[in-house]
Amino acid sequence: MASKRGRMSQEVNAGSMADIAFLLLIFWLVTTTIASDKGILNILPPKQDPNVPPPEVPLNERNIFNILVNANDQLLVEGEYLDNTNQLSNDIKAFILNFGAPTPEAMELFNSLPASLKALSNRDSKSSDHPMQGGAVVSIKTNRGTSYETYLEVLDNVKRAYYEIYAERVGLTSEEYRALSGKTAAEKELLDRGKENLPMSISIAEPDKLGGN
Amino acid sequence: MSKFKKKNKVTENIPTSALPDIIFMLLFFFMTTTVLRENEMLVEQKIPEATQLTKLEKKTLISYLYVGKPKNTAMYGTEPRIQANDVLINTSDIALWVNQEKDKRSETEREMLTISLKADREVKMGPISDIQFELREVDARRVLYASVGKLQN
Repeated sequence: MASKRGRMSQEVNAGSMADIAFLLLIFWLVTTTIASDKGILNILPPKQDPNVPPPEVPLNERNIFNILVNANDQLLVEGEYLDNTNQLSNDIKAFILNFGAPTPEAMELFNSLPASLKALSNRDSKSSDHPMQGGAVVSIKTNRGTSYETYLEVLDNVKRAYYEIYAERVGLTSEEYRALSGKTAAEKELLDRGKENLPMSISIAEPDKLGGN
Repeated sequence: MSKFKKKNKVTENIPTSALPDIIFMLLFFFMTTTVLRENEMLVEQKIPEATQLTKLEKKTLISYLYVGKPKNTAMYGTEPRIQANDVLINTSDIALWVNQEKDKRSETEREMLTISLKADREVKMGPISDIQFELREVDARRVLYASVGKLQN
């Protein structure tokens, strides 16, 4: 026996090692789901004190972009029916950047915009005054029977309009802008420069009671 | 033709001794990047699609609320229910749950607590707005509508 051992090769056969590792890998892939924390962030308004009436914010009708969604998921945007949301974000962009009656500060903002965004501005006196605080508000009103999916689709389109404007201002694409984390000073500067003087004014109204549960 | 004959002399063995190592590296990569699901789903979850997604950086700041039709319809009915951790709760229990979640976190993190609302796409806005109302009451106002990516048209 002793003499035989010397002649035997000492190597362990590792040929099937890859197969074993593959089996383990496939087992892992099948049993796990990658948790993704992606989504649309929405900051809810602070709670209302029942003793204090909600503050009356005087807003002109022309400064509000009304989106109504009923219990059948039908859209009524600025008084017109819409079959799909394909054009919605472009309409919102045009509304936000209208600059119908800009204040001097808003005029300064307008002049700082890149040419591609200036081109979207219609200067229509019947649409929003300016995109600064209290100038242009996008209002979404749903019904208790509206499906969550449709609501999210509408909110998604509103966010898309804003992000595209922000990204355009700093010369990025919308995806790149949304991927900015604000961890480094340079990224934070880009983030701030994108939304400077152009706050996301999205008003989400309490759904009304019809047709829901 | 002679050109082809020459080729046969070259040994065609690809060294496969490093293959297990490569596969193991892949395995370890997946093992470290994946998170095992902590709780069993009691409600149906078909997450809606959206394009304008943002990613949250700090996972410790997120608490999950699952909304959807119960899987066990015989026991819980077909109306959408809310699942927190591994139990189904009522809308009125949300305040208590949020406060428990806040207690788990340090003083500074509390106000940055984000509720990830994982709602099924068939849920109506009624239950969603009830949840949002409760969240406003307990001042947990950062809500993330969890959604999966969709190609932009």
